[in-house]
This record gives sequence, structure tokens and C-alpha cells, in this order.
Amino acid sequence: MQKPIDVLSQALQSKKIPVKVESEGRASIEVEKKDLVQVAKVLKDLGFDHVKAVTGIDYPDQGRIQVVYHVSSYSDVNLAKVIVALKTWTNYKELEVPSLMEVWKSAWTGERETYEMLGVRFSGNPDMKRLFLPEDFEGVYPLRKSYKIKTEGLFVDRPS
Amino acid sequence: MTDQAEELMKSGGMEIDVIPVSGELNVGPQHPGSGHLRIYVRLNGDIIEEAQVEPGYVHRAVEKLGENRNYIHLIPLVERPAILDSIHMNLGYIMAVEKILGVDVPDRAQYLRSFAAEISRIASHLYGMGILAIFIGHSTGFMWGFGDREVWVQILEALTGARITNSYVIPGGVRRDLTPTIVEMTRKAVTYMRRKIKDWENIFLNNPNVKARLQDVGIMTREQAIEWGAVGPNLRGSGVYYDVRKVEPYAAYSRLDFEIPVYKEGDGYARTLVRFEEIQQSLNILEQIIRDIPEGQILSDRFFKQIPPTRLKKWWEGQRRVVMPGYYASFRPPKGEAVTRVEAGRGELLYYVVSDGSAKPYRLRMITPSYRSIYVMQNLLKGVRYADLVSIYGSLDYFPPEADR
Repeated sequence: MQKPIDVLSQALQSKKIPVKVESEGRASIEVEKKDLVQVAKVLKDLGFDHVKAVTGIDYPDQGRIQVVYHVSSYSDVNLAKVIVALKTWTNYKELEVPSLMEVWKSAWTGERETYEMLGVRFSGNPDMKRLFLPEDFEGVYPLRKSYKIKTEGLFVDRPS
Repeated sequence: MTDQAEELMKSGGMEIDVIPVSGELNVGPQHPGSGHLRIYVRLNGDIIEEAQVEPGYVHRAVEKLGENRNYIHLIPLVERPAILDSIHMNLGYIMAVEKILGVDVPDRAQYLRSFAAEISRIASHLYGMGILAIFIGHSTGFMWGFGDREVWVQILEALTGARITNSYVIPGGVRRDLTPTIVEMTRKAVTYMRRKIKDWENIFLNNPNVKARLQDVGIMTREQAIEWGAVGPNLRGSGVYYDVRKVEPYAAYSRLDFEIPVYKEGDGYARTLVRFEEIQQSLNILEQIIRDIPEGQILSDRFFKQIPPTRLKKWWEGQRRVVMPGYYASFRPPKGEAVTRVEAGRGELLYYVVSDGSAKPYRLRMITPSYRSIYVMQNLLKGVRYADLVSIYGSLDYFPPEADR
């Protein structure tokens, strides 16, 4: 039997979607923001039925943030062995990425958290509001590299 | 006097006015069950029209702190979100670090990881069962859950030195070896638990009150479970065969014989039954491990060789423990990233670690099972009776600190 990762990479290559196979159970696809929804739909048609994680990674030296969707399958026992990382970038000037909730509802939590922690808006997600942080955490994005942790206490030196 | 009362109250005070009640209600945030969580509920009569799960009251900023600590210092931190299931939180993180480092783990250590993980799973399920029991007003179940959990916590204490937050799994292996005392304790505990499960069945699972509160309550269909991204026993209670231990075997699971219980009903009772059967499967696994565990090292040779001979003599030869080699203090893994998943007590736990070659992770993403239950709970609560809120919450085994991280 063909390995699920090979089936996947063949199916994606026939659709001209560049896929990087990292190991037997991991693959990644890097796409432009505008192609994100379309590629997600292709993955869904292949049997990837849920989002495991939505991660935002801040790269201040490049002036942009990477958004990574980790998707896999529950209904297809073979595809379940594979986790695909769907990666896209968004510029500081325009921190907006199309939401994948229309494809996978399970992206809801991760998109909300990425919004509040990094300030990336997901257009199309109906709940673009804070989840873990207090409501008054306005304009402060803790997971940006520019946010420094303040330490306090008796034995902590005064910040210079 | 009587006349007056009748004038004041029609039908002599025997009549009540039924006013259609609709309004909003806050459940929590003061510890509605197993941690601080607020559920904003909009009611129409006693039907929940809308529920908004609002976590964040026990947020520990694990991901932010993760970018500011050395890899090895993060072990105690990642355990904190679920202290009662800390072996799994620890294991998933270490697996990600090992993947970036490219370390092989000796067989004996793999078995010990599975051993500790299964004990942790039993303890976690018993804890969840206790919380569910008190949620639906069954205080015996609460006492029993916590009482029986104690047995397993004591084994972990003998094995790792701590009841909870064990920090047992380290890159390349585990910290301590199995001793004959622990094997004996495990044998006793397995026999005890098998006997207690019969009692649990009599007093809890077959209890008509418990059945009334759980059966046909909070039904999640297979399609919904997949769409909402449910995990663990909640997913398997809805008829989806998915368990990381089978899908992507880690530790020693590829060499152990066990089954994955799946129920099709999708209600709270099915989820509870899945947990019970998983405890039984875990007991079988533990028996296999203490029978089949191979002899050998418990730490990868690459690190073991770095331990000074005098310390080896005292700790490894004397007490079957390894001490941390110097390399651990501030190692710099190569550039790269790793995605690992383990089946924690409450479901799939995912780590995504990005390394930029420095001594601290560039990004640490931790997706816990309860985190993924937030969306599930919010959807399940829509349209149910208010009294069923606690039953659904309990049956999902949602643990706020784990979700907040």
C-alpha cells in the first residue's frame, strides 16, 4: 500500500500546490495569503477535516508575522497519521489574514487567540475579540517579540 | 383575617404568576467545578439560548515565558497547566525537544515513559470522574475518585519523588529507574483498582440518578465532533476511532497490546464509559510493562557519558537515578521545528516548538486537550436546559488551567 504522505504529496502536486515533505507524518505548505482559503479547501476535499492548532510567530526583523495552521484528519485513519502545516505570512502594515472558519470550524479558538496575542485579524471570523486576556488589553500584544516581560519583586534589580 | 388574605391574594395564596423569564446569568468565574472559568449564559426560561465560554482566569502565559527560559527550565513550567496529568505535559514537550536535538531514547526509558503516562492517565480519569460526580450531586463518587487517585499518585511519588508535577521525563530518557518496591506497589494497585471498578459500576455507572443526568444529555454527533475538533474520550464517545497512541505510537506503545474503547452514542454517559474502559485498558498496559520491560539504560548514551564517574557511582549505581549532565544547563539545539502529539489523559496534546539555534525556544506552542474543548463546550451548551450545563461541563472533563495555559 502507498504511504499516506506519498498519496498526499502526489495529490497536491497534481494541483500545482508546492508541498514540502518533512517526514512520514509531517508536511508543510507555504502559500500566499490570497491563496490560503483555496488551498485549505483542497486539503479539506482530500480528507483533512480539523485544525489542531493555529499559531502566530512574530518575526520583527522581517516586519511580518507567520500564521501556521496545523491540520489533520479524524475520519480517515490513514490521513490521521499526517499533520500538515499550512503556513502563510502577513505584513506588519496589513495584519489581516482570511479566516479559515468557513473551511474548518475548529480554527475558531486558535484564530481568536492569535488575534489577541499577536494582533492578526482574521477576516471572516465572527468572534474577533479577546478570549484569554482581559477586555481592557487594548492594543497590547503579548506574544509579539517587542513585548518584554516585566519582573518585579524585592530582589529584582531596577530596570536600567 | 381570612377575608383580608383572600382579598390580597387571589385563590388564598395558592396561585403563582408565571412570568416568562429571559435573562443573562454568569456561571463562575469562582470555581464552578475544576478551576476558574466564566460561562456567560443567555436564558429563555430554563433553555440556554446562547453560551459564551470565557476562559483566561488562570492564564499562566506559558507560551510567552517559554520564549524567555532555557529549554530545560521549561520542564516545570509546561507541567503547571495540568498538574494532575503532568507526565503527559512533560512528555510531549520533551519529545519535541528530542526531535529537534535528534536524540534516541533507550528502550527501557521508553517503557518507563509509558508506565508513568498510564498511571497519570488513570489518575487524571479518576480526578475527572470525581469532578463529574460532584457536579451532578453524587458526593460518594467525588470522594472515591479522589481516594482511588491517591493510590496512583503514591506510585508516582515512589517512582519520581513527587506526587504531582513530577518532571520525570528529561531529554534522552527519564530520571529514575523502576525498583522492586514500585513493581510490587503497581501489582497491588492494579488488583485494588479492578476490584474498585466493580464498586464504581454498582454505585456510579449503574446508578439510575447518574444515568438520568448523563444519558441523552449533551449529545455530540460524530460529524459535530469532527467539525468542532473534539479530542480524547469526548471524541471517542462520539464514535471516532482516534487515539494518538495508535495513530502515531510514541514511547513503548507500538509494543504494547491494548484497545481503544469507542462509543457511538455521543452523550455524557458514553464519554464517561469511555473513561472507565480506558482505565481498564491502562491497567492491562501497566501489567504488560512490569512483565516485559527490558533491562538497560534509562538515559541516552550521548548524555549518560557526560555524567562524572563519582556522581554516577553515587546516584546511578547506588540509587538507580541519573543526575542531570552539565550539557542540560543551557544547550543550544540546531535550527528547526518540531510538531509532536501525545494522547494525554483528556485527549490529544500538541506541541509546536520552533528553534532559532539559541538556548531558548523561538516559539513554543502548546495546544492542550481542554483548550480544544472550549469550542466544543460552547457549541454543546446551545439549546440545552440550564440544569444540564453542569452535567455537560463535567462530562467533557474540561479543566480550566489546562485550557488557559
